[in-house]
Amino acid sequence: MARITLDNLRHSYMRAPKSRDDYALKQLDVAWEDGGAYALLGPSGCGKTTLLNIISGLLRPSEGRVWFDDDDVTDLPPDARHIAQVFQFPVVYDTMTVFDNLAFPLRNRGVNETVVKSRVQEIAEMTDLTAMLNQRASGLTADGKQKISLGRGLVREDVNVIMFDEPLTVIDPHLKWQLRSKLKELHHRIQTTMIYVTHDQTEALTFADQVVVMHDGEVVQIGTPVELFERPKHTFVGHFIGSPGMNVLPASVANGAIHFAGIPVDVDNPVDLTAGQTAEIGVRPEFVRFSDDGIAVEINKVSDAGRYRVVSAIADGHRINLLIGEDQDIPAAGARVAFDATQTRLYADGWLAGEGAGQ
Amino acid sequence: MKLELKNVSLTVGGETHIYPTSLRLADSGFNTLLGTTLSGKTTLMQLMAGLIKPTEGEIWFNDRDVTGVPVQKRNISMVYQQFINYPNLTVYENIASPLRVARVTRSEIDTRVRQMADLMKLGPMLQRKPAELSGGQQQRTAIARALVKDADLVLLDEPLANLDFKLREELRDELPRMFADRHRTVVYATTEPSEALLLGGHTVALHEGHIVEFGPTSHLYRNPATLLAAKVFSEPPINAIPVTKHGARFAIDEASTWDAHDDAAALADGPYVIGLRPHHVSPIANGPSSVAIDGHVLITELSGSESVVHFSRAEETWISQSHGIHAIEVGETAKFYFDPSNALLFSPSGERIGGSATGGDA
Repeated sequence: MARITLDNLRHSYMRAPKSRDDYALKQLDVAWEDGGAYALLGPSGCGKTTLLNIISGLLRPSEGRVWFDDDDVTDLPPDARHIAQVFQFPVVYDTMTVFDNLAFPLRNRGVNETVVKSRVQEIAEMTDLTAMLNQRASGLTADGKQKISLGRGLVREDVNVIMFDEPLTVIDPHLKWQLRSKLKELHHRIQTTMIYVTHDQTEALTFADQVVVMHDGEVVQIGTPVELFERPKHTFVGHFIGSPGMNVLPASVANGAIHFAGIPVDVDNPVDLTAGQTAEIGVRPEFVRFSDDGIAVEINKVSDAGRYRVVSAIADGHRINLLIGEDQDIPAAGARVAFDATQTRLYADGWLAGEGAGQ
Repeated sequence: MKLELKNVSLTVGGETHIYPTSLRLADSGFNTLLGTTLSGKTTLMQLMAGLIKPTEGEIWFNDRDVTGVPVQKRNISMVYQQFINYPNLTVYENIASPLRVARVTRSEIDTRVRQMADLMKLGPMLQRKPAELSGGQQQRTAIARALVKDADLVLLDEPLANLDFKLREELRDELPRMFADRHRTVVYATTEPSEALLLGGHTVALHEGHIVEFGPTSHLYRNPATLLAAKVFSEPPINAIPVTKHGARFAIDEASTWDAHDDAAALADGPYVIGLRPHHVSPIANGPSSVAIDGHVLITELSGSESVVHFSRAEETWISQSHGIHAIEVGETAKFYFDPSNALLFSPSGERIGGSATGGDA
């Protein structure tokens, strides 16, 4: 087990990168504590796979260092890093039994067969595979196979970190719930550093103590799930996290007063912007409500999401989403909406105003 | 444009893939096939399209028996999970291809392709090749091609499954509008209950080759006829909890009981099952009528805005999903609450009884 430090990392797939845009990974400084549960979250193409490959040693960064505790591993090959990886598609040896699949990483390293046996049994018990140990892996369902992959990731006791690359993407929703809570339970039990890479906010937020949100090769925010939800540092984080994401509306700032569509709006962080900055207001659908004296809107669409309804309203040509509870009413005509001022924020050029850009 | 299955079944090599099914689909809005992998969604679509022939039964379209009529002879479009486009052709030519096959005039092709591109927000990409597009744009191209030829039946087999979470959200929001312009039968397969809900229309709940239930989506979600339909249509999984009715009260155990009102009061004493969706079970008491239970906390999942707590009680595992962050320690015993008027009442064999587990409608 180890603390992982990414120090001044930059990576370009070009031989002679010139501008910032030539970097797939622009600048990264992250310290992951030993035993923590972390997630790397971002859309396709944001650089998360590049980063994963740098940590596992498949890729050498153009600049910067990778540290495991006090060891610089930047130049070490993957097999010298003691990392376990679980991929999107389960990697299972179909002709072997479940037992032999789980034992594979240990036997590969010449671990004594008595130790192999006790360790495999322990892991099988944790992953609910005990009853299937003597079955051939080929007969298992997709989630069963992914459990084998998980189990194989956990079986070695000498790994520094276990990395998960979209491990639940091909799993059905009802089984996702089971595997996700299983993973959470396993982390609780074995306390190895885990890094979970995904584009799915629900998976990232429920799994990790701390989430690194990436966009366009950059880290836009590192924070706990609550921080990312309540204080997105960038409108991208506000949009990307939450379903539907944060409403981002054009605003004007003059003499300390903030307006949307000519109507004054109270925000949590009223600051004056410098000339030329683009002002926007960010407020999550959870913090917009119908009100008698708010902004006049036209209701465009109501979608039933079961435990709430998503109301899409239009004000001054801009879309504002609201979440309305099962037992709340939606006005038939003349609807007006208001924002919860403590959860409404001003953004300047995309970044939370008053906090400056960067991480 | 009505599609109807009359007692259709499919058996392959002695194994039943689709059990006898009768179904009359809606000709506006979505007909969503909801079920897990291998529940029969794709097979059912192939039967509807005429890609495979049913072992028994008939398929009717617009009051015409089309059983055994091959897909080429019917006006059908399909969109698959994998985005399928012609890699060498531009987006424009990809969308135009079915019209060229149908020998539509050049000027009409141009009008229809541009109209469709506007609807799909592909206007600026018409001269690009598929490889130069994002996944979402590639799938929109495939959907545009499926829509441009004005098919009578459009089959969409998990079209969003391979897309990023956010793209999926965006397209899911746009899809119903893309199909709103005229009557045609649209069938959409998904494994996700939340997707079925958001698409609206009608839903077919599928389980292991059986049609469990068909109905308007919101109604089916709130008033499933069986516990199985409730299970198919619940994410996270619905809590199915054995209860006992004794006299005027229902009980989970000696400490957790509530009054049976109205119709429920007249039920015979004995065992029943209640179905409680996770968002109706909370770590915070919700009103005077709420029933408390003690749960042993197994796992907590805090997502930033809500808390999902998995807990055990006696032999059962429960899930609670609530607003806000409730940091309950794993291993603790904590109180959880539910309002019995939110509980769906079932017989021990899983048949729905009346409305809620207090009486009246859920």
